[in-house]
Amino acid sequence: MIPAPFDYVRPDSLAEACQALAADEEAKVLAGGQSLMPLLRLRLAYPSRLVDIGRLPELKGVHDRGDHVFIGAMATHDEVMRSHVVNADCPLIALATATVADPAIRHRGTFGGSLAHADPAGDLPAVVLALEGVFVTRSEQGEREIPAAEFFVDYLESALRTAEVLVGVKIPKLGPGWGFHYEKFRRTAQAWAIVGVAAAVRRANGSIAEARIGLSNMGPTPVRAHAAEAGLRDAELGDQVRQACEQAAADTSPSSDLHAQADYRRHLARVLTHRAVRAAAGSP
Amino acid sequence: MPRITVTVDGVKYEEDVEPRLLLVHLLRERLGRTGTPVGCDTSNCGACTIMLDGKSAKSCSVLAVQADGCDILTIEGLSEGGRMHPMQRAFHEEHALQCGYCTPGMVMAAIDLLREDPDPSEETIRHGLEGNLCRCTGYCNIVRAVRRGAQEMGQAVNTP
Ligand SMILES: Cc1cc2nc3c(=O)[nH]c(=O)nc-3n(C[C@H](O)[C@H](O)[C@H](O)COP(=O)(O)OP(=O)(O)OC[C@H]3O[C@@H](n4cnc5c(N)ncnc54)[C@H](O)[C@@H]3O)c2cc1C
Ligand code: FES
Ligand code: FES
Repeated sequence: MIPAPFDYVRPDSLAEACQALAADEEAKVLAGGQSLMPLLRLRLAYPSRLVDIGRLPELKGVHDRGDHVFIGAMATHDEVMRSHVVNADCPLIALATATVADPAIRHRGTFGGSLAHADPAGDLPAVVLALEGVFVTRSEQGEREIPAAEFFVDYLESALRTAEVLVGVKIPKLGPGWGFHYEKFRRTAQAWAIVGVAAAVRRANGSIAEARIGLSNMGPTPVRAHAAEAGLRDAELGDQVRQACEQAAADTSPSSDLHAQADYRRHLARVLTHRAVRAAAGSP
Repeated sequence: MPRITVTVDGVKYEEDVEPRLLLVHLLRERLGRTGTPVGCDTSNCGACTIMLDGKSAKSCSVLAVQADGCDILTIEGLSEGGRMHPMQRAFHEEHALQCGYCTPGMVMAAIDLLREDPDPSEETIRHGLEGNLCRCTGYCNIVRAVRRGAQEMGQAVNTP
């Protein structure tokens, strides 16, 4: 279908973008458009104005900032998964991004767009949650930093205020000794995760010293598997790890839909967490 | 109405466009490039795939205004001097189409995946075509055609 009419502005600077958003309550940010365009075409969204942030230099690129990597909101999925900095210092993001959609969508869809969209079925929210990223935003009121644990508020709802732009995300570097894996279960190629598990594991002397686990599509927001993480602290590879992973679905509230019932999602969370943790620990 | 400039298949156009006009509709309805079809409303099927500044994109998921200043290549810009592009020929020869609706997008996605890997394995081809759905062929002949097209393009490069 053809989208309903809207105005379009393409500001030259971030400050102008914030102004253009503040001037119209019904305005929406347009990044890569890979989530927004289907919503407009199906007439599920009726913004009065789109503010195209696609050419703002402040939002571009992936930057090595010493103790963290700064990924600009407009870095495309394709750029992120190929970035040397990402592959060296936060490879979990590259692994998960390579599973997002398909090549043509990855050429245009952006890192910031996937996070701002706050779809719990998206792959990157759970990853950024596990890596404890910090969201950097800008509005006419100034800059804010929002920890990942506070960013995802509800289904398709983030802590971004109206007229606030996500500038990028700081991903702390985890240093040596950490292993990573993203395990995604889907029915067909190019599909969203029925459940996805992002695991970061620090290994020491044949056991797991600590683990961080983010779950995709196990509730209205991405969640950390806190109970499994607690069980994995100083767990020996083998039975102890398996038992800890049995807790992966604790305190989650997955939905039932066409693809899976909630109890099947809980089952998947346990199985996929075990796989992801073993792979991240480098254990077959 | 915003005025945009785009180059399509080597020809430069200046157009006044409504912001909501999709790139695929600009191509089809204003510029007569009906070789690029629309197959869905959800960005899933890939029938509308074109090259936008050298990289594959789904032209149903881009606004015409977003393409301002860009270089666009459609299926209709592939042939040279009346001769089909080697990838088009390979699709023809390997019977990689039945109704043909997905073919323009498949050919563009196939050419895109060769930018990365000029000699792709079957698996690389299947991953590279993830965003393109065919309702007819079952993909086997498409994969064969892409291998053949890749080989012929490689030879075209090696023998000047
Ligand atoms: C067929 C298909 C399959 C897909 N499969 C997957 C998948 O398997 N996994 C997955 O994770 N994703 C998937 N996606 C979604 C894809 O990752 C999108 O690229 C992404 O969700 C949105 O990024 P975008 O830049 O295109 O954002 P847009 O579509 O431009 O914007 C999305 C939303 O975020 C807001 N927004 C965007 N950027 C900012 C910003 N910087 N500041 C404030 N607000 C902002 C917009 O206003 C809008 O509400 C799929 C999409 C399609 C069409
Ligand atoms: S028409 Fe289906 S992806 Fe563009
Ligand atoms: S040949 Fe009919 S859809 Fe592919």
